[in-house]
Amino acid sequence: MRPTRSKRVPEPQLIFDKSRSGRLGCNVPKCDTPEVDLSAALGELREELHLPEVSELDLVRHFTNLSQINYGIDTGFYPLGSCTMKYNPKINEVTARYAGFAALHPMQPVETIPGALELLNGVQEILCEITGFDAITLQPLAGAHGEMTCLMLIKAYHERIGQTQRHIVLVPDSAHGTNPASAARCGYDVKPVPTDADGNTDLAALTKSLEEHGDKVAALMLTNPSTLGLFEPNISLICKMIHDAGGQVFCDGANMNAMVGTTRPGDHGFDCMHLNLHKTFSTPHGGGGPGCGAIGLQAHLAPYQPVPVIKREEESGEVIAEYERPLSIGRVSAYYGQFLMEVRAYTYLMAYGRENMADISRYAVLNANYVRARLKEVLPPAHDRPCMHECILTAEKYKKNHGVRALDISKRLIDYGFHPPTNYFPLIVPECLMIEPTETESKETLDAFCDAMIEICHEAMTTPDVLHAAPSTAVVGRLDETAAVKNLDVRWQAPKPVLA
Amino acid sequence: MPYIPHTEADVREMLATIGADSIDELFREIPDELRVKVGALALPNALDESRLASHLKELSAKNVNLEDNVCFLGAGIYDRYVPSTVSAIISRGEFLTSYTPYQPEASQGYLQTIYEFQSMIAELYGMDLANASMYDGATALAEAAIMAVGIKGHDKVAVSQAVHPHYRQVLDTYCWSMGIEVVTLPIENGLTTDYSAAAGASCILVQSPNFFGVIEDLNAAKQASETHGAMFIVSADPVGCALMSPPGAYGADVVVGEGQPMGVAMGLGGPLVGLFCTKKEFVRSIPGRIVGRTKEAHGDLPGYVMTLRTREQDIRREKATSNICTNEALMALACTVHMSALGKNGMKAVAESSVRNAHYLISELASIGVHRRHPSAKVFCEFVIDLPKNANEVRDSLLQDGILAGLPLGSYYADMENSLLVAVTEKRTKAEIDRFVSSLKHTIA
Repeated sequence: MRPTRSKRVPEPQLIFDKSRSGRLGCNVPKCDTPEVDLSAALGELREELHLPEVSELDLVRHFTNLSQINYGIDTGFYPLGSCTMKYNPKINEVTARYAGFAALHPMQPVETIPGALELLNGVQEILCEITGFDAITLQPLAGAHGEMTCLMLIKAYHERIGQTQRHIVLVPDSAHGTNPASAARCGYDVKPVPTDADGNTDLAALTKSLEEHGDKVAALMLTNPSTLGLFEPNISLICKMIHDAGGQVFCDGANMNAMVGTTRPGDHGFDCMHLNLHKTFSTPHGGGGPGCGAIGLQAHLAPYQPVPVIKREEESGEVIAEYERPLSIGRVSAYYGQFLMEVRAYTYLMAYGRENMADISRYAVLNANYVRARLKEVLPPAHDRPCMHECILTAEKYKKNHGVRALDISKRLIDYGFHPPTNYFPLIVPECLMIEPTETESKETLDAFCDAMIEICHEAMTTPDVLHAAPSTAVVGRLDETAAVKNLDVRWQAPKPVLA
Repeated sequence: MPYIPHTEADVREMLATIGADSIDELFREIPDELRVKVGALALPNALDESRLASHLKELSAKNVNLEDNVCFLGAGIYDRYVPSTVSAIISRGEFLTSYTPYQPEASQGYLQTIYEFQSMIAELYGMDLANASMYDGATALAEAAIMAVGIKGHDKVAVSQAVHPHYRQVLDTYCWSMGIEVVTLPIENGLTTDYSAAAGASCILVQSPNFFGVIEDLNAAKQASETHGAMFIVSADPVGCALMSPPGAYGADVVVGEGQPMGVAMGLGGPLVGLFCTKKEFVRSIPGRIVGRTKEAHGDLPGYVMTLRTREQDIRREKATSNICTNEALMALACTVHMSALGKNGMKAVAESSVRNAHYLISELASIGVHRRHPSAKVFCEFVIDLPKNANEVRDSLLQDGILAGLPLGSYYADMENSLLVAVTEKRTKAEIDRFVSSLKHTIA
């Protein structure tokens, strides 16, 4: 059934617009120590402070109403490719709020946090086993931070073995933008590697590239399964080619969900990888963070990992935080990483355990192939191969024949009550729609989504203007992004006082 | 597993639609030798929800938590009052389980809160604009330094020795990997005074109040940055800025900080939220996301979008201003709710209470013969005391009385074995402060 236009909500006011002088939104702690002369104590004081003054109820309504015009996994299906929008279990939120975790100061004596260290070590041990790497560090604060940390370790390793001429990082043309950006952040020059017609790494081009400047190559950054949702069948050979040239191979772990319990990147030949615990291991995305970026390392890179290093001491059996690491690159973040996110990830990992861990990848891959099979008539897959945890479809024919773009289809999905998939990524597939259903969605949800997609593709041919105008039922229509840049307005300004 | 909904019948029907005989068959492109048998990994056994909760409770109970003990430890992370509304709002699934708002029509709620966040942070710091957040205060400082190098073009930055040691370590790591030289500006009596090493640097980085709690002379720092043609970057505690003249008023080019004291759990230091503000003229060089207000392309309704996107990694790739993608949106939301709940008067009140409590503790300590290391320095809520014996011993002894007394500085600064960094927030009562003093008196007697 086609969606009908819902009533538009009035323009939501800013919290500043709701402010009335003298209102309080909470009961601030009373002070029972003597008053002090503030300017004598602090020096120059500020004059104005334009923060809102609202009552507690008005505050709650303001943010609750805003939440109601925001889409989340808890409200509906979120098939955003490459983002692994799986269910975020509620027990994880409960455990992360235990006072013995939430009310810890990062600089309190390390002897007073044995339970926290044990938990961190527990996450590391489980992730080592799942990924097949020798060591895991939980220091990086997000995925891109993990990528960058891996490249820093490679850099330190090459410095140590006298290979400082290695200034090139190879990045496939299908890679996430964070890969080349992270390489640049480590002072590397980026060279692209093409993808072949089957969606695999172009081995001939890679060979040529290595012949040309193999002695300058520091690393290859490879996403496996690739951003095309395909497992790289030549992975071991590719790793060997890079190693023979003296380079290191980094695995972008954005797509780890396809592999959990089924295959281990550490066995594929990779030297290091990053994980997004906020994707694969269900810590909530929170609207764009906090992320949580663990990295896995083979033994030869482990000495360079950032401090502190959390590990179980062999003799005493105690878990310690080690700082005396002469080869370490130093700190990449201020404390122990995203600790409360690690609590959530640990809770999740322990809920799955040995018995169920492989279900993550098995049902994720089943769901993606199901969506692919149901939609292949209306939206052909970019490659004629079984996909892994996500399927990449192309809407090229609708663009060619009806002037309807992938973006139009995506926006129309909002009218049908679904979050759009990722579009226009990877960049090498024209009019790309990247759909990642994850393992936590039921067949009924997938069917409802596929029915909507089929209906929308029909609309694309019959009433393309409806798609061009979509979404028509959301709180706003398509927004003018060019105007947003041209007339830059990134903050509320206090009205200028009117002179009497 | 309750998280996986598939029945046997579902799996059968789905495989039939796909045209495969088994789930295993879907993995056929993975070479056999790289496959792991289902259930073959050496992992702990699964726990049901009830046992899982008990197991986590047990682990948490092994830690000394700061709900049951009194916290005088700060050093960048503060035990401050958080209104109940913060947790209620950030727990809402519509916020908690949403992705980065790349689809603005489905994300207007979050986008508006980010715009409000940017407005409040820019206001607090007295700057033109703020971005949508960085990972934490330490990486925000490093990003600011790298932005300055990009703008000024000199591969050298100068950082005060009174900047948080962990922040300086993160800065060192970032700069090492980009081939940027870091020089340290020395301190005298807890203050940065000698800026001569900053010659030829792209920026001067100071913290105020600094790691010792001392309020820096930002006029002098600004003047030095002008002398050396360097950008002036300040890391500042946002709570103090509710009372004090903010860094923007001193002409800072970039202001960064840690947002944790405004509504975020200490959580052993993560997740935190980095604050990043700058002047309009540098907006196209900033790292990370920024949300802007616009209107419909074919209508009149206003709305919010992520903007200036061509700076970012997913579009600009290796030429992006930073590699940051995911930031700390949920913690930024916590800050936004916190600042809205406290409001103008509440923010000033907690800052003022902190000053009063700190000054009360200072005078009570003086009465037992314990004095500040920097007696004439202006401080906000934190200060260094010199003890007659090793600060580690004193700290450990007070912990026996349920008081986390502060941070011993010996492991950070060679000549400070007997120095303790003490913080007092609005959460501390007169009774708790008195208890701190009597326990300390006992310990050093």
